Amino acid sequence: MDITINILLTIATAATPLLIAAIGELVVERSGVLNLGVEGMMIMGAVGGFGAGYLTGSPWIGLLAAIIVGALFSLLFAVMTLSLATNQVATGLSLTLLGLGLSGMIGTSFVGQPGVRLPNLDIPGISSIPVVGKLVFGQDPVFYISIALTAAVMWFLFKTRTGLTLRSIGDSHTSAHALGIKVIRYRYLAVIFGGACAGLAGGHLSLVYTPQWVENMSAGRGWIALALVVFASWRPWRVLAGAYIFGAVWIGQLHAQAFGIPVPSQFLSSLPYLATIVVLVLISRNKRLTMMNTPASLGQPFVPDR
Amino acid sequence: MGGTVSANHDRANLLEVRGLTKIFGTLTACDHIDLNIAKGEIHALLGENGAGKSTLVKMLFGSLEPNSGEIFWDGKPVKITSPGAAKKLGIGMVFQHFSLFEALTAAENIALSLNDGSPISSIAAKARALSYSYGLPLDPDSLVGDLSVGERQRIEIIRCLLQTPQLIILDEPTSVLTPQEADKLFETLERLRSEGKSILYISHRLEEVKRICDRATVLRHGKVVGHCNPREETAASLARMMVGSEVKAVVRAPAEGIETAPALLEIRSLSRKPATPFAIPLRNINLTVRAGEVIGIAGVAGNGQGEFFESVSGEVLQQDTGSVRIRGKDAGGLSITGRRLMGAAFVPEERLGHGAAPRMKLSENLLLSRHATDGKAFVGSGGTVKNGAVYSAAQRIIKAMDVRKSAPDPEAAALSGGNLQKFIVGRELDRKPSVMIVNQPTWGVDAGAAAHIRQALIELARSGSAVLVISQDLDELFELSDAIAVMHNGELSTPLPIAEATFEKVGLLMGGAEPGHAEHSLEVA
Repeated sequence: MDITINILLTIATAATPLLIAAIGELVVERSGVLNLGVEGMMIMGAVGGFGAGYLTGSPWIGLLAAIIVGALFSLLFAVMTLSLATNQVATGLSLTLLGLGLSGMIGTSFVGQPGVRLPNLDIPGISSIPVVGKLVFGQDPVFYISIALTAAVMWFLFKTRTGLTLRSIGDSHTSAHALGIKVIRYRYLAVIFGGACAGLAGGHLSLVYTPQWVENMSAGRGWIALALVVFASWRPWRVLAGAYIFGAVWIGQLHAQAFGIPVPSQFLSSLPYLATIVVLVLISRNKRLTMMNTPASLGQPFVPDR
Repeated sequence: MGGTVSANHDRANLLEVRGLTKIFGTLTACDHIDLNIAKGEIHALLGENGAGKSTLVKMLFGSLEPNSGEIFWDGKPVKITSPGAAKKLGIGMVFQHFSLFEALTAAENIALSLNDGSPISSIAAKARALSYSYGLPLDPDSLVGDLSVGERQRIEIIRCLLQTPQLIILDEPTSVLTPQEADKLFETLERLRSEGKSILYISHRLEEVKRICDRATVLRHGKVVGHCNPREETAASLARMMVGSEVKAVVRAPAEGIETAPALLEIRSLSRKPATPFAIPLRNINLTVRAGEVIGIAGVAGNGQGEFFESVSGEVLQQDTGSVRIRGKDAGGLSITGRRLMGAAFVPEERLGHGAAPRMKLSENLLLSRHATDGKAFVGSGGTVKNGAVYSAAQRIIKAMDVRKSAPDPEAAALSGGNLQKFIVGRELDRKPSVMIVNQPTWGVDAGAAAHIRQALIELARSGSAVLVISQDLDELFELSDAIAVMHNGELSTPLPIAEATFEKVGLLMGGAEPGHAEHSLEVA
């Protein structure tokens, strides 16, 4: 029984950073911007979060710092692609490379230092209820943030006027401009929100998941988040499903490896990717729905003619 | 001609424009434009493509910034810095290239331009009520991507009206409507005028301008060349003002002995599933084009014409090879080159990027489309290109079609739309194809060049070829076709001989009133 609960808890911990980064990128892409720099923003958030937590001793200040660093780093991308209309793919890729390099440099003195960890939620009397207590009321704070964030983004995109405007910009920035919508301003805000989310996801890695600093500790999670957004056809609840499927298969294959199942470990390691793609492709078979949810102006630079 | 019409002197001007100028690089798109629009009038803005109409309107709506000049609104000088500012003044606009979002519903599209924060459901109810009161029925919950072009325009108009503007700008509103839908629009405009609104009506269709407009301002090469009362002018005199010279009328000799001529192009039960969720399927299309005749295909844009052209030209292959037959042989399984080798020639709708490679010279574009069919003439042994032969063939086409250009062998993108279209049509005519299929032969082409292209197509048919023309321009189809078929929702009607065809009959078919052939068996969704 305890093992099952522990496995479920580790799945949630593995899925949380993917979910947060992917939800942020989903908002960015819904506005029509493709930011391939998620991995770079995430690792910057991780190093910033660890550093601030280590220096102040407060994991909460660390978490806040992770968010701010991610947002500031994404601002660089926003200025380049939105104000200077550079190619989004190339700029996003360089943001990732820059982030990986820069974080390694900043983090040299943090290597091997003991970090601080965000404490799990503990409500006396309730968190100790068997099974449910620990799963529902005993996880780390970022887990709750990630679920609330998903619900909030869903509500924002599909129930508010501002969300509708954001989606319309992703559908056609020229039409939006013709209506007098401030395309660039909306996109700036979306990109910064995406950066803050990626930073928070990075902070989760260095303040909850493994409370220490290791170079390249994001380990490709930014890329998985990017893929999740596309395979989830830009719909928040599917991103949630995708992140948890990935997390579950990831934890499952780790346990399978530990049990010594006679399957090549390389194959097991690739299973999470395979399973996530297969499931998400299956649930997005409806071509019409996919078309409706795909931001048609994704990745196209927007330069209003004056 | 010249001077304003006295009937409007007693009315106050809603909008006055003085010396408005817009320069793009070396091109002066608008050169010191003066324009007055009175309260409660329908004012026409006339001009050929490229005369500067769209640029002027974009400045009035705040999407472009003028280099110099002044705008007065209700007598006060104003700066219109953004579409938002224009809307605040009371200027509404119905765009030529729609500014709608396909993935959103009609109500969401309308809500986006209102910014008053009221819930979508109440906006939907308001839009529905307004649309019915103007006789432009609209379902606010339908997805724009699923709607016809005419229905999309209704959304644009309703969206504009909900903002209760004083001045409504309509850019080529009837180019996508059936004649009956256009009549409905004119009624709406007249009602708006009686409510005291002003309308700036942009069009190159002279008959409708004569019918509904009180005054007209004519532009040519970015300059105002005259003001007039269109009701006192004839279509020919208006055309002369727009073009600056007489436009040669197209001559169509009667076709003789067509019934017994060999069928050069046969389409037999051609069907195609929609390629994308918003595309139109083709439903059991049958058509025969015989040697010596021109068949026109009319239809509102987006009813399957593009899909039909792709299927006939070989951009999309058919599973049933007999569904497209060229000169009596099955061609459905052949590629574009295969079909060309059988004697067919194709001119697609999009000139730059589809009909021609923009950054390549005219001679290179010629070689690209004809290296297979004219292999011996253009390509030597060992696969080397005979540059001299290609160059002189290009010059021959340029001369035959009167292509105006700035260099001996310019890049395709350097030519104006009309001149490039003349070259592309000429490139195919030069082969003397026995089957010629053209999609929108004169879209965006000035009147002089259009007449030239139409005459060349008629002459090709009369010399014994089969010509199929797909067009949205009904005037054009009546000018050059021996029979007109109508495409609606992926179905093609039986061709009406030109002697029996009227605007009204064709218009009803365009609206889908009576499909030409009854069976609707193939429902591919």
